[in-house]
Formats: sequence, structure tokens, C-alpha cells
Amino acid sequence: MTPPQGAPSEWQYVAAAYLVVFVTVLAWIAIVGAKLQRLQRTLGELVEKARDRNG
Amino acid sequence: MRRVLVQDRVTGLAVLAVGLMALAVGLIFFYAPTDADQGFSQRIFYFHVPIALTSYACFGWGAWKALLVLRKSDPDADLESYTAIHQGVIFGALTLVTGSIWAKASWGVWWTWSEDQLVLFLVLFLFYCAYFMLRFSVEPGPPRENLSAVYALFGVVLIPVSFLAIRLSHEFIHPVVFTSHGPQMSGSQFLTFCVALAAMLALFATLYHVELAGKRVDARLRELRELLA
Repeated sequence: MTPPQGAPSEWQYVAAAYLVVFVTVLAWIAIVGAKLQRLQRTLGELVEKARDRNG
Repeated sequence: MRRVLVQDRVTGLAVLAVGLMALAVGLIFFYAPTDADQGFSQRIFYFHVPIALTSYACFGWGAWKALLVLRKSDPDADLESYTAIHQGVIFGALTLVTGSIWAKASWGVWWTWSEDQLVLFLVLFLFYCAYFMLRFSVEPGPPRENLSAVYALFGVVLIPVSFLAIRLSHEFIHPVVFTSHGPQMSGSQFLTFCVALAAMLALFATLYHVELAGKRVDARLRELRELLA
């Protein structure tokens, strides 16, 4: 295991860079999750509409 | 059957992406040696460069699909091209942000206009941002598909220019890692870099397939809504 040798500020920059990437991926997952919920709602509405139409 | 295969592929890709990402982070922080020249901040390289290369791959894939749109008038290829470019813009934004943080840590500035590679990457990024403005200013249909495809193909020309800019540049502040003599790094650093690159490509493949599946379902639901109206 390589011990941390950089100055604290260097650590902060590295942490910030990696954090940006992971937060972006998490935000993307949240957006996809929201979109899936919207699609599920739309599908439910269309199923109801199709049922009403068929009596 | 096809849907099950696609779902299995997405699940497999997601597992691969998470596994490779965990391995890459482990190698970056516990295996790769600290760079003698740049110190600890050089570890940003292991995410920054693979993200940049992945954005090039996204734009390249988008251009390939755009070519299929023009050759075969395939609306599915148009959706694939659009999705790949969308992913490329996300990876491009990450390249600019991580690069900027690395620049601040290494050079003491967030951005420098004298570096050809940085400016060319920004131009490439803005070019593809404008793709969305063009795409959504035209009504859906073949004209939009063709216009978007031509634009995506124009953009791909900027990739080799951006990639080679470092070699054309007169100022060499930006580190040159891959030269004609091979990668200028130790074996352990190169292994870490390769794993990080594989992780980013797997992440792109996963996000691409998930986004594409979502867009296809959305389009089908829109069709269904019109049929039921």
C-alpha cells in the first residue's frame, strides 16, 4: 500500500476530481430512475385507457 | 427473447463496470506509485485521460451510427447516434472539469488558453453541445435525422486534431504520456491506466444501453398514446 505523500491540498484536489466523477454518475442514475418512474406512470395510464376502451 | 438478451447484456455490463471501477480505484490509490515529478495529484490522470478517451469513443461511435443513418436511413441508428453523442458530451464535461482540477493542482491555474489541446477539446465539446441545439430546432423525421448525422460526421474530424494537438503544440506544459516510443510510465502505472480505461469504457457501454433502452420505451409509449387517442 502506497502511503499518502502529497500535501493536504493535493489530496483535496484529487478527492475533488474523483468526487465530481462519482457524483455525476450518481446524478445520472437518479435521472434515469426518475425517467423510469415517469415511464411506469405513463404505461399505467395507457393500460387504464386501453381497458376503458375495451369496456 | 431479444429483450431478455439485451437485459442480460445490460446487467452483465453494469456488473463489469462496477467491478472494473472498484478495481481501478483500488489500483490507483493502493498500487500505482506516486509520480516523482507531479506528486500525488498525478493520480487524477488515471480518471481524467480514460474519461477523455471515452468521450472520443462516444463521438466516434455516434459518427459511425450517423454514417449508417445516411447510408440506410435507419431511424434506430439515429437514436443510437444521438445517445452516443449525449454520452460523449457528459464524458466531455467530466474531462474538462477533472482536467481543470488537475491543472489547478499541477500548474496553479484552472485553465490556460495557450494550450492547444485544452482549447481544441473545448471547441470539440462546444461543437457537440451545439449538436443538440441543431437537433431540437428541427421537427422529428428524416430531415432531422439527416441533418444530425451530417453534423455528427463533421464533428468527428475534430477528434484526431484534438488528439494530435499535443504534438502540434509549441508549449509542452500539458504532459505527453503516449509518444512514438510507447507509454512514458512504469508498468504498474500503465496497468492501472489500462484498468481505468476499461472501467470507463464499460461504464459508457452500460449508460449507453440503459439510456437507449429508456429512449426506445419512451418512443413506443408515445406511439401507443397516439394509437389510443
